[in-house]
Amino acid sequence: MTTDTLRSLLDSSALWTVTAGAAGLGLVAGAVGSFAVLRRQSLQGDVISHAALPGLAVAFLLGAREPVFLILGGAVTGWAAMVLVGAVSRRSRVPVDAALGTALSVFFGLGLVLLTYAQRHVPDASRHPLERYLFGQAALLREEDLRVIGYLGAAALALLAAFWKEFKLLSFDADFAASIGRPVRLLDLLLTTLTVTAVVIGLKAVGVVLMTALLIAPAAAARQWTNRLGVMVVLAGLFGAAAGAGGTVFSHLAGGGVPTGPTVVLSATALVVLSLLFGTARGVAWVAIRTRLSPAGGRAPATR
Amino acid sequence: MLYTQSAFEITLVLVVVAAACALPGVFLVLRRMALVSDAIGHVLLFGIVLAYFATRDADSPWLLVGAAAAGMLTVVLVELLQRTQLVKADAAVGLAFPALFAAGVLLASVYLRNTHLDIDAVLLGQPELATEPRWWIDGVPVKPLWVMAAVLTLNAALLLLFYKELKLTTFDPGLAAALGFRPGLVHYGLMVTVSVTAVAAFDAVGPVLVVGFFVVPAAAALLLTERLAVVLGVAVLVGAAGAAAGTHLAIRFDTNIAGMVATVLGLIFAGVFVASPGRGLLAQAARRWRQARAFHETMLAVHLFQHENTPAEPDEARTDGLYRHLRWPAGQIAAVVCRAERHGLVRRDGDWLRLTDAGRARARTILVERGA
Repeated sequence: MTTDTLRSLLDSSALWTVTAGAAGLGLVAGAVGSFAVLRRQSLQGDVISHAALPGLAVAFLLGAREPVFLILGGAVTGWAAMVLVGAVSRRSRVPVDAALGTALSVFFGLGLVLLTYAQRHVPDASRHPLERYLFGQAALLREEDLRVIGYLGAAALALLAAFWKEFKLLSFDADFAASIGRPVRLLDLLLTTLTVTAVVIGLKAVGVVLMTALLIAPAAAARQWTNRLGVMVVLAGLFGAAAGAGGTVFSHLAGGGVPTGPTVVLSATALVVLSLLFGTARGVAWVAIRTRLSPAGGRAPATR
Repeated sequence: MLYTQSAFEITLVLVVVAAACALPGVFLVLRRMALVSDAIGHVLLFGIVLAYFATRDADSPWLLVGAAAAGMLTVVLVELLQRTQLVKADAAVGLAFPALFAAGVLLASVYLRNTHLDIDAVLLGQPELATEPRWWIDGVPVKPLWVMAAVLTLNAALLLLFYKELKLTTFDPGLAAALGFRPGLVHYGLMVTVSVTAVAAFDAVGPVLVVGFFVVPAAAALLLTERLAVVLGVAVLVGAAGAAAGTHLAIRFDTNIAGMVATVLGLIFAGVFVASPGRGLLAQAARRWRQARAFHETMLAVHLFQHENTPAEPDEARTDGLYRHLRWPAGQIAAVVCRAERHGLVRRDGDWLRLTDAGRARARTILVERGA
């Protein structure tokens, strides 16, 4: 690539808008995803994002064309899927992972049915490429999408800060939280709602199939650098933002047809690999060096 | 557009796919590995694309080998990640497969835009195309139906051969290891079976819905019965029924077939979850209702028993005074007295209620049990 094309890239204001949007949703996904990873519910995001598809399609079939309403539709079904998973694993002997797999595939299947139906039978469907929601296309982000990402993301982060102490307690010792009278079920539902929010604002740019990685990867990477929750959440947010922005730029460089979801996920994965190796708290290489240097050294004591 | 001969063939393909997936699916669910099938389904594309780069032939059977190898690679990768103890099991799955899937999608969308490997078809599954022969061996076309039938036969044969080993390592891996059954070997054998089955199902179902074909019939069967052999049979039946009904509906409404099959499987699961005899939500509600009714009758009997032959009896056993002592609403008391009478626990004696022998026995059982 010549410096000229690089300069023209940097000058393009559309790219800046889109990159800012992707960074914003990466920030929210990283911060919220930290709790999912710590609570060993990483695959919750996988189910929520797949389950958002039928909601999007229903909203579209009902005539919604604005991003807010499409996202709202996706949020409703994503949330409903998690509530159903909870009901099934509490009220039957189906293991929770099987309940998650069932919800994921059934909701996604229903989404495909509705999506294909819309493509074949709704007259203006070709002007609204709903199938872009499968693998994401950051280039399609408009200013109104950015506003949605901004408002909803800020709301999610504000709630995260407001209930910080409760969420921390819930993540590390849910039984204790229940024993001192915290409404554990309600807090759990609130945290799920935040995850749903983080997922649905990313659907257009990253897509339903790969959005889960943006929840997990930044958090798993951040975990390797610190044993403190606050630092981890901030770091995960930054990693998420970097992956979102980096992935968008890569997808842009690779040319029009390349979906953004894969490039974002691969950027995040690169961060994970680096962190697993060099993370200062637990990274493989770092621990090896520390062991070499001090006879009593080794892995720093984990807080958990 | 798809009626008649080819509709029948599509239905047949999907029924066989569903049956072939349901068999290993039962063990995935029992071993808490349901989401591994999700991961394997997603990474097949990566293997296919790499194999395509190696062979430059979209019809080569090596693509299938590459896909199955990618499935195994994921299983190993997840286990390696877990072994570092830097990430938990769920995060290891959630890190490994999106990365490989993303790589597959990226490579396919950059380099394979104008080949047989139509990206949308590959990602969403095209059972409409699953009747066309895709592979040729010595110039003889191999129909996907035959491939699927072969995989189904293979899965059934492996199940019959290793039924004992699978059962033991699933329910008691410790005992299995002590008896020399090699749980690790069985685990990898199962993973290979799942990979190969997913590869065969890939064309018809696509990477995302594979998990549904593995997991949903098994989960529904587990809600219906508890004998492993019966669970396997029911899972195959549920899968086949869902596939047949789903294909019919999809053709009827002109929409995505694999998605419709997943939807129908979901409806079957929901129906079983609500109405399964003895275990469904309805049966649970009915049981609670019956228990509540029996509890009230017993309480009435205990109340009368405690005051039997005491000076307070005339007051405590009066029908119109019961609400003061038991503090139940008047309507409920009338209903409970009525039922207790019908069940032979009490009888009316003017304004009084008197215990029958059966009622006295009922009261005594609960009082003795509680050490009174």
